[in-house]
Amino acid sequence: MTDVLHRPAPSGEGSGPGKSPVRVSSKSRRPLWRRWNIPAGFGALIWLVVIGAPLYALVASTLRTRDDYLEKGALSIPGEPTLENYNKVLESSFFQYLVNTAIVTVASAAIVIVLSVTIGYTVVRTRTRMSQRFFQVFLLGLAIPAQAVIIPVYLIITKLNLYDSLLGIILPVSAFSLPVCVLILSGTMRDIDEEMYESMALDGAGPARILWQLVVPLSRSGISTVGVYAALQAWNNFLFPLILTQSQETKVLTLGLYDFVGQFRVDIPALLAAVVLSIVPIFVVYLFARRQLVNGLMGVGGK
Amino acid sequence: MPVSSTRLPVRKAPEAAPSSRASGSKGAGRPGLGWAVPGLLFFTLFAIVPMIMVIVLSFTSWQGLGMPSFNGTENWSRLWNDPVMRQGITLSLLLTLFSWMVQTPIALLIGVWSAGRQRARAVLSAIFFLPLLASSVALGLLWKSLLDPNFGLIADIGPWIGFSDGNLLGSERGAFAAIVFVASWQFIPLHTLLYQGGARQIPKSLYDAAYVDGAGTVRQFFSITLPQLKNTIITSSVLMVVGALTFFDTVLILTEGGPGTSTAIVPYHMYNTGFEAFEMGYASAIATVLVIVATGVSLLLVRITGFGAMRSTREGM
Repeated sequence: MTDVLHRPAPSGEGSGPGKSPVRVSSKSRRPLWRRWNIPAGFGALIWLVVIGAPLYALVASTLRTRDDYLEKGALSIPGEPTLENYNKVLESSFFQYLVNTAIVTVASAAIVIVLSVTIGYTVVRTRTRMSQRFFQVFLLGLAIPAQAVIIPVYLIITKLNLYDSLLGIILPVSAFSLPVCVLILSGTMRDIDEEMYESMALDGAGPARILWQLVVPLSRSGISTVGVYAALQAWNNFLFPLILTQSQETKVLTLGLYDFVGQFRVDIPALLAAVVLSIVPIFVVYLFARRQLVNGLMGVGGK
Repeated sequence: MPVSSTRLPVRKAPEAAPSSRASGSKGAGRPGLGWAVPGLLFFTLFAIVPMIMVIVLSFTSWQGLGMPSFNGTENWSRLWNDPVMRQGITLSLLLTLFSWMVQTPIALLIGVWSAGRQRARAVLSAIFFLPLLASSVALGLLWKSLLDPNFGLIADIGPWIGFSDGNLLGSERGAFAAIVFVASWQFIPLHTLLYQGGARQIPKSLYDAAYVDGAGTVRQFFSITLPQLKNTIITSSVLMVVGALTFFDTVLILTEGGPGTSTAIVPYHMYNTGFEAFEMGYASAIATVLVIVATGVSLLLVRITGFGAMRSTREGM
């Protein structure tokens, strides 16, 4: 490995056929404009504006009074920053919504972890054709869109007397997180060495002990990805709460935000403050556990 | 060996491995099928059963209360002649097409760019991923306020793009364009991540060899990066197509299907019929179309492009 310059991405290393490879290895000798990919950098800056401007407008708007916002428009710099909008939101039922969302998120992540670990374990370790069939059922599940089956889910939840309860959200949300999680965990578990299973079995360990002492510890990264994925799905879910709940006591954050539209009407800064507050918890996770969050976001497995 | 960081994409499922069977204790320490039963029942109840039920319900009349009663093929003949449904199908297909055309090139280029290990790229990509942290409701509300014709950003930008009054959401084409734009803005970061992961897996030696052969940046991109990203492109496209066909939250918040029915894509039409007009039987017929199309398209794409490809890309990252 001679050079820092060779990047996996096509970067500004284009050079004529006459260049000798030796020159590449010395970074310092190359002028700045050769080392940087100018067009790509330019494109990235444009994209920064496309992504950054709305996010800036989001945060800046919340720091202004309503009149200031209505007068000067979304992009102006807040003259006298105020936290009044955040006060307004916190004085509303925001906190209750937050608690409800937290309950749904934690419960759903717990259910998904337990079920996908046991299913993954069976798929990987059971020597029958049936276990492969099970796996295929979950692969098919990947393709079932929740939106399309919401009416029967509504019927089932009503018949189970779970309409307008947090459990009524938790169960279907968890079910629709399962396929991706089974896929991730069976991938992680396949990587565990056959010999480790065998030596534990020789020691007389049953499947439960093997799961607990071997599989779970060695699948920790996959399990954390699965947990984050399921938590995000529950945290951000809108459709299931929208359809399966109605009262104030069971309202989760996404649905609460949707209601704020009516409540705050033209008080856009207050509405946006609620939006910001709903993102803060995930943002904190992003700061401290970026890799797990990103893996969880993509629903891809446990590096 | 702990959980390895590079996964072997072609590792086979553990069935029929004769060598270890020879060791004698075939079933020792292995879990029985019973271990999967709770999870399987749970999944069946809330996902598989509803998928079958939605088809059954499409042959019934049901107002949301009481029990559904069969009414033959009434819903289906109505569906056939429903102009809003026809328009919805067209809109859904256009949304799928446009959002694929907008998202794929941008996500691909930014993903490949952000795969570089330079500090500037790392910092910028950390910002690029921020939209992923918000729920689609939060982003929908953000864009609804930015697109407010009186007080939003659009009041300033509108005149540049042909909406002098800034009333983008009030015009049929403008509202549809807004949906495509917001969907892309929201989901490009996810696909950027996929492409970043994919690009980082391309062996460096390929680029070294190309460099020695005198291939420039552009040539390297088309001869190495693109072909190597084939599986990622497939995965990303499948996710995009299914995502666009089932797109719902943002439409409800941004346009409520309007103006008129000009952004009433199929999932919105279904929601509106089922949970606003309480014609659940008819809504189930719409939903059945959605199930068949969305499931069919994703299975078809996966089949055509190689089933293993998608799995190994997903597992291999």
